[in-house]
Amino acid sequence: MSQRVSDEEVRHAAMLSRLKLTDEQIHHFAVQLSDIVGYVDKLAELDVEGVEPMAHAAELTNVLREDVPQGGLTVEQALANSPETYEGHFRVIKVLGEGSGA
Amino acid sequence: MNLTELDLCGLKEAIDAGRCSALEATTAYLERIEALNPAINAYHEVYAQRALDQARLADEGHRPGPLSGLPISIKDNLCTEYGRTTCSSRMLAEFEAPYTATVVKRLEAAGAVILGKTNMDEFAMGSSSEHCAWGPVRNPWDTERGPGGSAGGAAAAAAAWLCAGGLGSDTGGSIRQPAAYCGVVGLKPTYGRVSRYGLVAFASSLDQIGPVTRSVRDSALLMNVISGHDPLDSTSSSHPVDDFLAGLEEPPARLRIGLARQYLGEGNHAAVKAAVDQAVKILSGAGAQIIEVDLPHTEYGIPTYYIVATSEASSNLARYDGVHYGHRTRNAKDLVDLYAASRAEGFGDEVKRRIMLGTYALSSGYFDAYYVRALKVRRLIRRDFDQAFENCDVLLCPTTTDPAFVAGKNADDPLSMYLNDVYTVNANLAGIPGISIPGGLAEVDGVALPVGVQLLGPMFEEARLLRIARLLEREIGLGLCPPVVSRV
Repeated sequence: MSQRVSDEEVRHAAMLSRLKLTDEQIHHFAVQLSDIVGYVDKLAELDVEGVEPMAHAAELTNVLREDVPQGGLTVEQALANSPETYEGHFRVIKVLGEGSGA
Repeated sequence: MNLTELDLCGLKEAIDAGRCSALEATTAYLERIEALNPAINAYHEVYAQRALDQARLADEGHRPGPLSGLPISIKDNLCTEYGRTTCSSRMLAEFEAPYTATVVKRLEAAGAVILGKTNMDEFAMGSSSEHCAWGPVRNPWDTERGPGGSAGGAAAAAAAWLCAGGLGSDTGGSIRQPAAYCGVVGLKPTYGRVSRYGLVAFASSLDQIGPVTRSVRDSALLMNVISGHDPLDSTSSSHPVDDFLAGLEEPPARLRIGLARQYLGEGNHAAVKAAVDQAVKILSGAGAQIIEVDLPHTEYGIPTYYIVATSEASSNLARYDGVHYGHRTRNAKDLVDLYAASRAEGFGDEVKRRIMLGTYALSSGYFDAYYVRALKVRRLIRRDFDQAFENCDVLLCPTTTDPAFVAGKNADDPLSMYLNDVYTVNANLAGIPGISIPGGLAEVDGVALPVGVQLLGPMFEEARLLRIARLLEREIGLGLCPPVVSRV
C-alpha cells in the first residue's frame, strides 16, 4: 500500500528541519505523518477562492514606538547558557565537513 | 483551618483580615507539594526558599498589590531569571533564562509568591501531559489517567490544592482542556490581551497566557493583574482593560446564548451532554434567550490548526541549534551534523513530528496546498464566529467530547490525540477568548471524573465570559474536590 507521505519526503523534511533520524524512525514518522496529512487533506473540500489568508488574529500592521535606547543583555548573560564559549564568543566545531553540502 | 482549601480570593481575604499569615499559607502549600507531588508530578521545580522569603516580606508589610502573599504556580514555559525554564524538554534541561516573562513580573509586582514551575507537554505540544521529559503528570481525580495538556501540571496543581492558582498557556486548548479534565477553571484570553514576552514560543499567532484557578473570581483576579499592553510584545493590545472583578456577581441582562449544533453532536459523552443541558437550563432560567447558531466550518478547525501551529512551530523551534543555548550533542562531525544530532537528542518524538509536519507544509510544492489554504480556512472559521456573534452574546459548548482518558491511550497515535482539541482550537485560530468551568461529573469505570463546559465570546469580552461563568458556577455549585486531596 502506498503511503500518503513517503519515506523519502520525510527524509527531506528531516534534513530541512535539521533532525538526525535513523531509517527506522523515518519510516515510523512517515506512517504517522501519512495519517495526519490524509486527514488534513480534508481542507481541499472547501472552496477558498478569493478568501484573504489570515496569518494572525490581531492583524496589526506597522506597530511603531519611539526609538529610545535601552539596556540589553550583557555578553556574559548572552553566553551564559551556551554549551561552549571561547573568549566572549559562541564556539562551534568545524563548519566544513562531510555533511556541509546540504 | 486548612489554608490550602481556600481559593485565591478566599486566601486573600484570610490574609488581609489577619486570620493567617502569608508564611503559614506558603508553608502549607510547600508541605502539600512535598507530600503529593511524587504521586501527581505537577511541579518540575519548586522554589521553596524563595517562596518563603517572599511570603515573609508580605508579612513584614511589603504588600505592593492585590496578590500580596498569595502562592501561585507558573507553567514551565514562562521564563524567570531564577531557576530553570525547561518547557519539559531535555533540550532546555539546564536552561536558565536571562530575563523574566512580563506576566511573571506583573504577578510579582502585585505581590505574588511564586511556588514553582508546573510540568507540561514538551514545548506545549500535546493534550495529555505525557510528552513530558520529566515523566507524565497524573490526574488528581484518578492517577491512572492524565490531566490533559499541555498545561496538565497547572490544572493538576490547582485541582489537588498544590497552589492557590496558576498560569498556563493555551495554543489550541492547553489551558481549557486540562481545566475540564481536572475540574478547575481555565481561561484563554483574547489574542493580544496578555503579553507573550518571555513565553517560550510554540505557535506565535495562537499562543496566549491565561489563568488556571479553582474559581471564576480567581480567574478574574489574575486577569486583572496580567492583562494589558506591553511594549516588549508588539502583538499585545492597547485595548482598554476591564476590571474583571467589578460586576462579576451581576449577570448581564438580556443575554443571548448561542448553541451551535456542530458542538453538540452524537460524539459527546453522556455526562458532557448533561453538563451542557444543565448549563442551558440554568441560563434560560436566569432569563437568557437560547439561540441556535451555525458555525459551518467547525470541522475544519483541527486540520487548519495542525497546519498553522506546526508551520509556526517548525520556524520557532529552529532556534534550538545546540550552539547558543540548550542541549548540544557530544558526537558531531561538523556543524550541520551538530545541529541535527543535538536536535534529535534534545527533542522528544511529538516535537519532532510537529516540526517535520510544519516543515513539510511550508516546503516547496506544498506551501500553497497546505499552509496558504489553511490560512484561508482560518479566515472562514473567524467569519463563522463573527456572524454568530451578531446574533448572540456568547457561545455555550462543551470543552471536550469526553472526560479524561487513561494515560498512554493515544501515546503512539498522534491523530487520535489531535482530535481531542476539536472544541478548543477554533478559538485560538479566530483569536477569541474562551473559558472552561466545571460542568458536572461523569462516572467512568466506577471513578468520578469532571467534565467542562465552555463559553466562547467576541474579542476582548473576557468580562462578559467571566460574569456568565460566575452565574453558572454559582448554580452548578459542585465544589469539586478530587479524592487525592484528602490524602494529606
